[in-house]
Amino acid sequence: MSETLVNGKKSTTELEKVVIRFAGDSGDGMQLTGSQFSFTSALWGNDLATFPDFPAEIRAPQGTVEGVSGFQVQIGKIDIYTPGDQADVLVAMNPAALKSNLQFARKGGNIIVDLDAFVDRNIEKAGFVTNPLEDDTLADYNVVEAPISSLTKTALEGLQLDNKSIMRSKNMFALGMMYWLFDRSLKETEKYIESKFKKTPALAEGNKRALNAGFHYAETIEALPSMYKIPPAIIEKGVYRHISGNTATAWGLMAAAERIGKKLFLGSYPITPASDILHELSRHKNLGVITMQAEDEIAAVCSAIGASYAGQLGVTTSSGPGIALKGEAIGLAVMAEIPLVVVDVQRGGPSTGLPTKTEQADINIAVFGRNSESPAVVLAASTPANCFEFAYMAAKIAMEHMTPVILLTDGYLANGSEPWKFPKTADMPPINLEEAKKSDGVYYPYERDAEKLARGWAVPGTPGFEHRIGGLEKQEKTGNVSYDPTNHEKMVRTRAEKVERVANYIPDIEVQGNGDGKLLVVGWGGTFGGLRTAVTELQHANKKVDFVHFNYINPLPKNTKAIFEKYNKIVVCELNMGQFASLLRSKFPDMNILSYSKIQGQPFLVTELKEVFIEHLKD
Amino acid sequence: MEALADVPKAYTKKDFESDQLVRWCPGCGDYSILSAMTNALPQLGIPRENFVFVSGIGCAARFPYYMNTYGFHTIHGRGPAVATGVKLANPKLSVWEIQGDGDALAIGGNHFIHALRRNIDINILLFNNEIYGLTKGQYSPTSPTGLVTKSTPYGSVERPFHAAELVIGAQGTFYARTIDTNPKLMTEIFVHAAKHVGTSLVEVLQNCVIFNDDAHAGVTAKQNRDDFQLHVKHGQPLLFGKDNKKGIRLNGLKLEVVTLGENGITEKDILVHDAHNEDPALHLMLARMAPPHFPMALGVIREVRAKTYDEAIAEEREKITENAKYHSVDDLLKSGETWEIK
Repeated sequence: MSETLVNGKKSTTELEKVVIRFAGDSGDGMQLTGSQFSFTSALWGNDLATFPDFPAEIRAPQGTVEGVSGFQVQIGKIDIYTPGDQADVLVAMNPAALKSNLQFARKGGNIIVDLDAFVDRNIEKAGFVTNPLEDDTLADYNVVEAPISSLTKTALEGLQLDNKSIMRSKNMFALGMMYWLFDRSLKETEKYIESKFKKTPALAEGNKRALNAGFHYAETIEALPSMYKIPPAIIEKGVYRHISGNTATAWGLMAAAERIGKKLFLGSYPITPASDILHELSRHKNLGVITMQAEDEIAAVCSAIGASYAGQLGVTTSSGPGIALKGEAIGLAVMAEIPLVVVDVQRGGPSTGLPTKTEQADINIAVFGRNSESPAVVLAASTPANCFEFAYMAAKIAMEHMTPVILLTDGYLANGSEPWKFPKTADMPPINLEEAKKSDGVYYPYERDAEKLARGWAVPGTPGFEHRIGGLEKQEKTGNVSYDPTNHEKMVRTRAEKVERVANYIPDIEVQGNGDGKLLVVGWGGTFGGLRTAVTELQHANKKVDFVHFNYINPLPKNTKAIFEKYNKIVVCELNMGQFASLLRSKFPDMNILSYSKIQGQPFLVTELKEVFIEHLKD
Repeated sequence: MEALADVPKAYTKKDFESDQLVRWCPGCGDYSILSAMTNALPQLGIPRENFVFVSGIGCAARFPYYMNTYGFHTIHGRGPAVATGVKLANPKLSVWEIQGDGDALAIGGNHFIHALRRNIDINILLFNNEIYGLTKGQYSPTSPTGLVTKSTPYGSVERPFHAAELVIGAQGTFYARTIDTNPKLMTEIFVHAAKHVGTSLVEVLQNCVIFNDDAHAGVTAKQNRDDFQLHVKHGQPLLFGKDNKKGIRLNGLKLEVVTLGENGITEKDILVHDAHNEDPALHLMLARMAPPHFPMALGVIREVRAKTYDEAIAEEREKITENAKYHSVDDLLKSGETWEIK
């Protein structure tokens, strides 16, 4: 850290990384504030990761803890893989936001509050007994009491705006303060405001005034200790954009369909946190996308199966409760051996659970959650941006291997965003379909490719390939209904083998570390950022810990066993009760596979992971 | 229908029969429905490869296996959803969806009404035998109150659904009713249903010879034909009975059976069937008629043209494409705010 004087008064502190958390009523525009701050920081050249944390209720009663919406972002000059454990700066727009977010603030960090919101009624509603600004609740923090509401009001005087619109601009005031604090330009947000309120110039003016007023206020007051400088990160050259996991998932599916010249058919029923994939795909019907908001989850998956049967790429998107409803239909796709992509944006469960909170507890339902022997390929994305890659791969595997593929993402990936050096679609791996062929002039629906064991995909409208398939057991090769005992066993084993052979077409996993570690940390899916950061920090401290992260869950990469054999202690970290650990133990019963799990609807913290790993390294 | 342009050859009934052994019970009404279908398809001028038969679960659902077309035997009640996906994926296809009363109106009730509401251009055949056959004899959502079955040993206490009421409640555009004992009428109606643009719902009163024999005999039995079958035709007066002497008259807000020549009734008093009337009120009244006080209406009861789901989707796509800013996924990736790290 280096300190310099600015204008002879304020100092500037240079930091490697910093975590900022915006919290307010769900109507206060905290998500927008956070994403504007993130975007401006990305343009400045920081690496970053974001995490929105919002309530399930659209507008829970104002001023209550239940209605608080938060947005956390970590920016850095180093590689950033997580939104950070604890906020160095917490912006709390009211007492409820302070109450529910104080747990995320770093002791010794800065808290900026809207002083005007700390009136008795709000304090009481938030569940404080006394005013937290006046008792010792905040003794460990540097608190900036800024009259944000009243200053916004003053700044917007003279504009023809009603009180509601004026109060809605106070998030821009807070954002302006943050821009000063982190030495950021207002330019991009001003551009955004102008375009958003193109049709209402008074609102555009109001928001810009609030933004500038916040900036100047922060510059003026003495309460802020110093400006912070987060220099640009050293980032790979290229063109970047921001992307959230759900958008990346939608685009990855589109890229695959476009690549193979098929329409993308999405059957979906709205469910948090997956709906944004439906929303995004619904915008692109000119690009060969058909979306149907189905009458229920079952119709959603069944219409997708119908579309795949008819020769297009059928996809359905949902979250845990919806996946449970789709089980029988996924089994049909297993039996009928047609391509199907099922995206499961995991959330806290069971039942309705925690709709807006993240969890990784659907690995069992994805791998095992259907009646009888019903194997499906299971993939898991691990960053918001690589949802693109794994959605593409899910579609590719589904079509090439004629099988349902379940893609697991989660609420954390879906709503989190990060800068992404996006690819050209031509750089994505090609998709090679198994063509339907005839033997001696006859088409056999269940004749298989020798390597993949995939059957040919003959689609309605093709003369000479008329055939019947369905959910009843199939006779091998002909696909006719068969109740023959040995045929059934053969078909069950063949379907399993077909899925196992997908392992021949996926990359090996790579170990992060030099392979001589005492401890192997294993992760999968959306916990990548936290695990990677924790392991990297320990490795920098010369701790013997290595790391592998799985994106291919079923089948596992072929080198999994060889890698695991090198370690006498393996700890599998996941946001559930140890589902992946159990799966690995069943595959590798002789290995010492331990589990570290967390089930709080929140991602892992880097600090907690480091403590766990250090403990494991002790014995 | 686009497919009409490239008819490859004249088909015969045999071209549509598959090589699979038909495994319904001897005497099952499904045999005659299958036969009527293989009679109807050659009349449509659609290439065989463009036919897709979709079904759910139940005796009726085995139907696709017996057709030499594309066929998909899916899961219980979900046929309309699968068929919707098939049609949207390739609107050129002639999609037929086969359901029993349990499949369509119990486990699949939701998909049934939503297919009709969307008016997707598929044809749904509802084989209504008022019983569960494949599971061996439980009451169905169309079983009459009081029916003694394996799961209602003291008689069903439930009230039955009437398919037509659901069709009209769901804003269905085509409803026809036929009986499995009249192959000619079935074939005619199947052809008619195929030509209707929109969801066509054909209810076939079908006999389950094992578990609910003669459930429809009040209408279908030879001795009841004259008095309890009314064959409706658009534009024709609603006459029935031996020598067509009986007819249906609208009296106030009610239908009534009248006899020509009695009480001064002439043919002018008889209601003329208007299947194309958008207002479904009379269609509903006709569809609800049942013995013993009324004949059962058979034939096309409702047939109105409304925009189909597939048409609406195609129109929407065209409109969006005209003003589209992005023409490929690469365009999309580059869209919005991007920045370059040099």
